[in-house]
Amino acid sequence: MDEQLKSELSKQGIFATSLQELYNWGRKNSLWPLNFGLACCAIEMIAATMARYDMARFGAEVFRPSPRQADLMIVAGTITKKMAPQIVRLYNQMPEPKYVISMGACAISGGPFKQGYNVLKGIDRYIPVDVYIPGCPPRPEALIDALMFLQKKIDSQQLTGADRARHLDPDAPSEFIVPQFGAHDLEPPQNPEIWRPPLVEISLAEKNDAGSD
Amino acid sequence: MLEAIKSEIEANVSGCRLEVVPNSSPSGQHSLLIDCERALAVARFLRDAAHLRFDYCSNVTGIDWPGKEIVEKEKIKKLVDGVEQEVEEVRKTQSAGHLEAVYHLYSMEKKHGPVILRMRTKNRSDQTHLPSLTPIWRSAEFQEREIFDLYGIVFDGHPDLRRILMWDGFEDHPMRRDYVEPDDYEYEPTPHDEVLEKSKQHTHGVRAR
Repeated sequence: MDEQLKSELSKQGIFATSLQELYNWGRKNSLWPLNFGLACCAIEMIAATMARYDMARFGAEVFRPSPRQADLMIVAGTITKKMAPQIVRLYNQMPEPKYVISMGACAISGGPFKQGYNVLKGIDRYIPVDVYIPGCPPRPEALIDALMFLQKKIDSQQLTGADRARHLDPDAPSEFIVPQFGAHDLEPPQNPEIWRPPLVEISLAEKNDAGSD
Repeated sequence: MLEAIKSEIEANVSGCRLEVVPNSSPSGQHSLLIDCERALAVARFLRDAAHLRFDYCSNVTGIDWPGKEIVEKEKIKKLVDGVEQEVEEVRKTQSAGHLEAVYHLYSMEKKHGPVILRMRTKNRSDQTHLPSLTPIWRSAEFQEREIFDLYGIVFDGHPDLRRILMWDGFEDHPMRRDYVEPDDYEYEPTPHDEVLEKSKQHTHGVRAR
């Protein structure tokens, strides 16, 4: 709809909108997060909901204790390999449309524990992530910024057409492989359908200077 | 103080062999190496003796001592081309190494401590049993489970010896020196040392420039 015509109509007391705008407006302002925390980032997440930062201003204050009632998963903290299957299972149990915020260095990549033996190197190895927040831990402002970013993302989603939202595409998967506990590692160590090792360009000449060969 | 406790234990617990492991660092925290057969009796004596009363076990630690290569040189007389000559022979043997559990004891009642106890397994592969001191100090329960999980020491007499950090089906012991972690490496922006070696093996995700 023509924006100019819309604003002209609103001056005359006529409110005109499209179904897509109404639908996205409703969803972006009632994001109910799943109530769980994994490590110190969860403390910042709690702080973001309290009076000083007040995430309720964005319609996201209703932390749900059940994945069946939640729209948003805030992965706040270090994901140990022992915990990873439960997180993927919780994600699978959430109804569509669902979104994931990967909060903090650990949830993004393993963070300071990246070289360890029992920390998953990023939750995006198993489930699709919408917004990443760097920081260790990120401040509540950063979480609110991520929430506003996610709201903008929801607002721009299409209901129809080739680039429609993921949950409206019947071919897009809504559940992902839950990793199993293996003898030495999780099996599979990543879901190859959604994550592959990043292709990065590095200069080999520089590497030779630093290395031994 | 440790020497006094040592001779006292030897007087009260029959047949126990003790050894003081000196610590030459500034902290000077020497420890007592106790033998596994008498460990429970020694522990019970330290807890119950009226003037010692070590009623609090603050910490249990595991240590992995991998086997070392021992090089022995020996001069042997040998016949070389019909002439007797003195030949130096080098023999290399691999020592078995051992796993160690370290207990830090304090007395809440007498306000003294710590006394440090050590126990050693016979080797690192098949004889990794030690007696559990959880029946004496309840606080050792979870820490002995952690050592069982990460080092593979089996504590006989432990009430509930299961893995505590890793999952039940896990087979390795991650804190051992020879542990090889799963190969789930990904790109590092500033690789160095061990990580640099790993990044050289993984070039599938790296495009050379």
